[in-house]
Amino acid sequence: MNSSVIVFPGSNCDRDVATALTKLQFKNKMVWHKDSELPKSDLIVIPGGFSYGDYLRSGAIAAKSNILKEVIKAANSGCLVLGICNGFQILIETGLLQGALLRNKNLKFISKDVSLKIINNENKFCKKYKKNNIINLNIAHNEGNYFTNKDHLKELEDNELIAFKYCNKDGLINESTNPNGSISNIAGILNNKKNILGMMPHPERMVDNLISNSDGVELFTSILN
Amino acid sequence: MKITNDIIESHGLKLEEYSKIKLLLNREPNFLELGIFSAMWNEHCSYKSSKVHLKKLPVKNKNVIQGPGENAGVIDIGDDDAIVFKIESHNHPSFIEPYQGAATGVGGILRDVFTMGARPIALLNSIHFGDPKNKKTKNLLNGVVSGIGGYGNCIGIPTVAGETKFNSTYNENILVNAMAVGLANKKKIFYSKAKGINKPVVYVGSKTGRDGIHGASMASAEFDENTEEKKPTVQVGDPFTEKLLMEACLELMKKDSIISIQDMGAAGLTSSSVEMAYKGNLGIELYLDKVPCREENMSPYEMMLSESQERMLIILEDGKENEAKKIFNKWDLDFVVIGKTTDSKDLSLKYNNKTVATIPIEALSSKAPLYDRKWTKKKLDKKKINLKDLKKIKFDDAFFKIISSPNQSNKNWVTEQFDQMVMGDTIERSGTNAAVVKIHGKEKAIAVTVDSSANYCKSHPLSGGKQIVCESWRNLVAVGAKPIAITNCLNFGNPENPEIMGQFAENVLGIKEACEFLNYPVVSGNVSFYNGTNKNNIFPTPVIGGVGLINNINKIQNHKFKKIDSQIILIGKTFGHIDQSVFINELYNLYEGMPPEVNLLNEKNNGDIVLKLINAGNINSVHDVSVGGIILALAEMSLSSNIGVKINKPKKLSNLFNYFFGEDQSRYLVEVDKSNYSNVEKILKDNNIYFDNIGVTQKEYFELDKVLKINVKELYELNNRWYNNYNGLNS
Repeated sequence: MNSSVIVFPGSNCDRDVATALTKLQFKNKMVWHKDSELPKSDLIVIPGGFSYGDYLRSGAIAAKSNILKEVIKAANSGCLVLGICNGFQILIETGLLQGALLRNKNLKFISKDVSLKIINNENKFCKKYKKNNIINLNIAHNEGNYFTNKDHLKELEDNELIAFKYCNKDGLINESTNPNGSISNIAGILNNKKNILGMMPHPERMVDNLISNSDGVELFTSILN
Repeated sequence: MKITNDIIESHGLKLEEYSKIKLLLNREPNFLELGIFSAMWNEHCSYKSSKVHLKKLPVKNKNVIQGPGENAGVIDIGDDDAIVFKIESHNHPSFIEPYQGAATGVGGILRDVFTMGARPIALLNSIHFGDPKNKKTKNLLNGVVSGIGGYGNCIGIPTVAGETKFNSTYNENILVNAMAVGLANKKKIFYSKAKGINKPVVYVGSKTGRDGIHGASMASAEFDENTEEKKPTVQVGDPFTEKLLMEACLELMKKDSIISIQDMGAAGLTSSSVEMAYKGNLGIELYLDKVPCREENMSPYEMMLSESQERMLIILEDGKENEAKKIFNKWDLDFVVIGKTTDSKDLSLKYNNKTVATIPIEALSSKAPLYDRKWTKKKLDKKKINLKDLKKIKFDDAFFKIISSPNQSNKNWVTEQFDQMVMGDTIERSGTNAAVVKIHGKEKAIAVTVDSSANYCKSHPLSGGKQIVCESWRNLVAVGAKPIAITNCLNFGNPENPEIMGQFAENVLGIKEACEFLNYPVVSGNVSFYNGTNKNNIFPTPVIGGVGLINNINKIQNHKFKKIDSQIILIGKTFGHIDQSVFINELYNLYEGMPPEVNLLNEKNNGDIVLKLINAGNINSVHDVSVGGIILALAEMSLSSNIGVKINKPKKLSNLFNYFFGEDQSRYLVEVDKSNYSNVEKILKDNNIYFDNIGVTQKEYFELDKVLKINVKELYELNNRWYNNYNGLNS
């Protein structure tokens, strides 16, 4: 399967996600933001980091870059797109995903391992996970506090577009298990066609038991099959 | 402009130093030249008070590729891999402007590392604040922690370890030391030494602004009531530009175009150009009209003394300008040829077709003042604390107070503001003996740690110097690493005071003794003097950054208990030394008496046996015993694993407080399977290692003798509330 990782000035999880993809048998290419053509891709990954230094607003400048025009075209024609952390912020800024990512409720950068509940697994990104299973991934962000209006929230719920919610290790989802203030503890959402996933946690950091754990592996292997 | 005594003094120069300038130039300097001298001759850049002592440190062994004197030290870790690392202080700027001061401290040390051709793979920090009750402390703590995080998180280098401490000695002068560790190919290390005449000198990176002018001179003086006015001397950092600069430099380094490269750190363009020319025994000519400026009408004086961040100076091979320029353009960075190397051995500055300064390079470097300052030996406080003379305290109350004190509380509030996992190779994060970072794509790893123990160093600078090197060594051993080398950041008060100079001299001797014995050389470092305000000097606070190698990533150990009903063995002898301990400091606010003794032979033997046990797979977990003694080490093992203990004090020592809170050195706690106990016992006996079998791990309860029993969850609560309470998160 062919994957492309988009590299912006200030991306800093590009190597990490490329390492994970290659380890899990993707044929991966790195794509520079100034390029105007995408290589043939079944999956496009917009990695984490601080594209354009987070100037203006996280993801805002990257969303207007050359290559993003191509990413939007590809996404609209059904290509799988995964945005992680800053990648999620960029997808929101392009309008491919709806809502907003606000500053964390405590106004601080938060970096820690969190428990996540698989809310919906009937999509190409999560099908290898079992519904309601709990996984552990790492988060590291300033602006991960997802917000959206009531109607859209209902749409997300009704159409099974919420992929992950923050919880504790027993699966409890409430304010005390919400690290950043996200509405309904949302950690990752899909678009209506379910070919685009935006998520704040970093699955690429959890693909090796020696380093952390391997809870991120199924996300990538779901895409493979 | 006529140079008056006031102008000389405001440049941080002494009148006799000015006379020396006139002698070296054979004339009066102009204002620009005076500024350049002040930038190069200040303590921060010249090491004029410390050099005679630093020369004594061991700096070489078979693993050392580059010792002190370059941007960073370089060690060999096998298979063509080299580790490049250094620690540096940013104390003064961080006190004036905590966020930017700390952030640019991180930026500066990262540049030192990638300048040498290494990709940074880990950041560490050692930060010391005043009493939490001091009204400035909260703001400084918040600013420094978010500044360190802000820079490291954005550039995408994991901040993997550090220490955060509080003591009223830092009320008016905090310490912010940052360490960076990078990975390079040992055949592709880049140095600052210029070579060849008429080679293009290239300026790359950010534009030059008016920030940080005289930063290095500011860092070479004590604070006074006008400190607030010094805000404009603090630089402003931009980690985004640094990320671009780093990627561009590393990309250019893959080609064969660079002769020499130097980052513009303290004293900016001045020190970088002088350094390169001096090392190459050449001259350098700069055309200041070409310097990319951020502000209009900047004078040569401002350009030469600006400490704007994220800038580099590169000397290129002939004809490589276009190739190099293409790379910097790709990253949207300035790239301008601003000068050339010459055979004149002068620093020659041109502006508007006029020569505005000509100074012999050696006058700024080898002929800079060097002082063997007067120093006095520390009068040792031979008084011994007798617990019977102190107010009685209940054992459990004492422990609960310590475990929930600012210095011993869980530091998640700090470390959760740092991305510890970016780059995907962090195996052990903050909070264990030492952090462990995998060498990308290989089956080996490095262990890194920073340590300090200011009150030991204050009461006995020589012994304190030894102790802190040993503690660093012990921390690396406890994760299964072979310690390789250190970098040191020596934070002291005013060197013109013979007592302070004595602390420095004796402390360096202590460091030397331990480093020599343990074959653990110093490969880089930094000296920060004048830490104090209005003659109140801080406790001498040397900070040691250690790096060790783990050749097999499957042999990494940590301090988390693994099983219930394992045997707990204490390796090393317990005497119950309580003077200068956390117990005495925290509960009685006493800083009298002597620190625990360090026996280097025991240190080495005990460490070697622990490494042997780890490598043979004989132990389940291990923790070094340091501040807070056995009880705190056990608590940390329990808290990180949620497994309790049942400990019985051996009969020999009568006092429970001395036994559990004493801070005797060279000790480790190890967890061993019961079935393997006799095997481990035999190994220890065969090697003449002193040890005690002190108890077992158990479910739920942290239980010591008959004096303490508490659920580990409750202990966790006690250990985790201080930071949140302090910062108003629990209200």
